Amino acid sequence: MSTTITETRRKSVRQLVHGHGGIVALLAILLFNMAFTPNFLQLQTLFVNISQVATIAIVAMGMTLVIATGGIDLSVGAIMALAGALAPLIFLSEFGAANPALGVTLAIALPMLVAIACGLFNGIMVAKLNVQPIIATLILFISGRGIAQVLTNGNLQTFTNPHFSYLGTGKVLGLPFQGWLAIGIAIFLYFIISRTTFGRYVLAIGGNERAAQLSGGPVALVKIGVYMICGALAGLAGLIVVAINSASDAARNGSLMELDAIAAAVVGGALLQGGRAPIFGAILGAVIIQLVKYTLLANGVQDEVALIAKAGIILVAVYVQQARKE
Amino acid sequence: MTVLLEMNAIQKAFNGVPALSGASVEIERGEVHALIGQNGAGKSTMIKVLTGVYRRDDGKITFNGHDSVLTNPREAQAAGIATIYQELTLVPLRSVTENVMMGYEPKRFGAFIDWPAAHARTREILTRFGIDIDVKMPLGSYSTAIQQLVAIARAVSLDAKLVIMDEPTSSLDSSEVKTLFGVVRSLREAGVSVLYVSHFLDELFEICDRVTTMRDGKTVGCARLAETTKLDLIAGMLGRDTSEITEAGMTEFGGGTAKKGDILLEAKDVATGPRLTKFNMTLHRGEIVGLGGLLGAGRTEAARALFGVDPLRRGTISLKGAPAPSQPANAITAGLGYLTEDRKAEGIIPDMSVRENMTLALLPRMTKGGQIDRARERKIVQHYIDALGIKTADMEQPIRELSGGNQQKVLLARWLAIEPDILILDEPTRGVDVGAKREIQLIIRNFVDRGYSVVLISSEFEELVEGADRIVVLNEGRCITELTNPGVTEHKLVQALAQTSEASA
Ligand SMILES: Nc1ncnc2c1ncn2[C@@H]1O[C@H](COP(=O)(O)OP(=O)(O)OP(=O)(O)O)[C@@H](O)[C@H]1O
Ligand SMILES: [Mg+2]
Repeated sequence: MSTTITETRRKSVRQLVHGHGGIVALLAILLFNMAFTPNFLQLQTLFVNISQVATIAIVAMGMTLVIATGGIDLSVGAIMALAGALAPLIFLSEFGAANPALGVTLAIALPMLVAIACGLFNGIMVAKLNVQPIIATLILFISGRGIAQVLTNGNLQTFTNPHFSYLGTGKVLGLPFQGWLAIGIAIFLYFIISRTTFGRYVLAIGGNERAAQLSGGPVALVKIGVYMICGALAGLAGLIVVAINSASDAARNGSLMELDAIAAAVVGGALLQGGRAPIFGAILGAVIIQLVKYTLLANGVQDEVALIAKAGIILVAVYVQQARKE
Repeated sequence: MTVLLEMNAIQKAFNGVPALSGASVEIERGEVHALIGQNGAGKSTMIKVLTGVYRRDDGKITFNGHDSVLTNPREAQAAGIATIYQELTLVPLRSVTENVMMGYEPKRFGAFIDWPAAHARTREILTRFGIDIDVKMPLGSYSTAIQQLVAIARAVSLDAKLVIMDEPTSSLDSSEVKTLFGVVRSLREAGVSVLYVSHFLDELFEICDRVTTMRDGKTVGCARLAETTKLDLIAGMLGRDTSEITEAGMTEFGGGTAKKGDILLEAKDVATGPRLTKFNMTLHRGEIVGLGGLLGAGRTEAARALFGVDPLRRGTISLKGAPAPSQPANAITAGLGYLTEDRKAEGIIPDMSVRENMTLALLPRMTKGGQIDRARERKIVQHYIDALGIKTADMEQPIRELSGGNQQKVLLARWLAIEPDILILDEPTRGVDVGAKREIQLIIRNFVDRGYSVVLISSEFEELVEGADRIVVLNEGRCITELTNPGVTEHKLVQALAQTSEASA
């Protein structure tokens, strides 16, 4: 009898860790930092981290939707670079200088449209031409950044434009604007996933695409839709990064972001075979990824080693997922 | 005879809900032992506890003279238990050979798979079942029936002491069932025991020695089949008195009663590929048309063509006088519904709830201002859970946790819920128990009586003969003849099939 009791208790502890593995990991990292990282508990640290987390989280949420349909999007980093390169070109142009208000509006709207068009391209490749997602999005992964660099002649574009920079440096209620933006997007996407037919179809397609199709689900349209959303969010993140730096560097903007976003989505509980879209999980995943980066950086660990640590996190997350399935 | 397996007072609960509460079964060596019970009685759970898929909460299992503590299916296989699970667990994208040989491939130099030998061995195993197919093709390119036979062939070839078959005949037609019975008999002669789960009670009397009956997770009886009757078995499963159950008319259908209305759906010389080359059919309002035929006759392909899944290569299909829609989504809008044959691959979305699965086809019509009307959704779902007697903890339970027969009912509800003019039903009662089968047949009959129409495919001839107003008989992708009720008997259908297969041979 006593053995069964300890067994059930052990089991419930295990379930707790499995169900909230992300939160446990987060607490562990926070505790570690409080103990070892100098100046961790300061407002400045919080701000730096929030502004970094926001871009990862925004991209990771789009990635989560794509993964929920059983796909993947490798082109997000390249789309960031492309959108980020376009914005300064527009408001620094003669037209933009002559009409500052319209210039900034266009500098946000046009890059977003281009990013959405990139998503449309990915979506059509995957849903209409039946190209494997990893191959389909590899096309823009390779060419997108190239186009961005051609557009800027490979130069670093610096600027001072307070209106545009608000995207990355503005504060609302004392906290960075992009943090609020990420939360707003999360609430919106959560609503889409849980309350609309589009959201239901996203999960159904990832769960069993043939069944979804035979039940009348608009499979191709929904898939194109998620790639477009993912593209749009990547474009937005690209703009934010440029706004934070007051400079656009097509070679570095969003570089390796696809890995961070996939890692954040998976750590947040997305299943690579599809069928689950934990939007808030993606935010949690982004926070963890960012904190690990920060921890290693603040404690003087080299960038290359940080990459290995990130790989380790993905490994653990996938392992936990496998264990949970049984 | 000595006892091979004893499972005693087994307890198993899922999230606090008991699935087994004191279930027992005892199997002798060389015995064919039947396990029966209503949908959700706990038959499959009992098997999974035995093979280590689930860990039992309590109870004792003795296998081959030893306490059994199997913790995963591989160990069970090594211990001499070969299992064909209710939901096929093979790998559709892999070749037939890989599926049959998985884990037991003949090796060359102890490391490299000897493919020629593997293919030859697979062909040899399949020949016992009278299956002659290209073993190098992906398994998924063959019909559900072939896949099921392949699963059985694999299990039987494993040299086991106990072979477990969870509803092996649910997608087989009578000739394949005969082949299977032959194999079961030869297993018995070789001293191998068989645990046989089925909802076809007549089958049990043909090949089983003893039967254990389960109800609500408990064992309620064990008897020699020679000393019992079908009526007793049904009474035991339902927990009622035999006098309350009349055996008359085991199907609730009564074909041949329909008054023909106008033509709703018409197929003329339809071809979609090698497996459907010449299909003709007319469906009137208020009529059930059955599609009869053997394995590979093209029945499922015909259904797919009607629903706009496979594009037409030749011929025309018209729906209410207009050309038929060419996409499932359009077909649904135009008033068609299609319950597919393969529950796992084309029906359920395993991780979604009963509610979400049931309303999947209804979704476009259930929105209010861009949002899903959740109050209405719950109402519809609750209605069908009650109407079909679906056994589920609540409507939020993931569908994969339901028993096979209850999953089937959810899928039927998915299509009833859209209230279509025409329902295409491919094996609608697959895996549902005797009681529920009659209820479903009654629902189909009522549906037709309200002026709607049904295309019915069933490998059970009884269901087809008694249910359909007309039967279109197919052979190798072509329509051969048409039988009209009243007056069709199983004998006549079998004759029609025999003639056509002779003619084509
Ligand atoms: N993994 C699971 N999680 C939760 N409940 C489960 C799970 N597996 C089975 N059950 C429940 O246990 C009960 C018994 O299911 P089981 O599959 O053993 O029935 P069955 O007798 O095989 O029925 P059928 O004839 O429909 O196949 C059902 O109520 C089912 O919902
Ligand atoms: Mg079962």
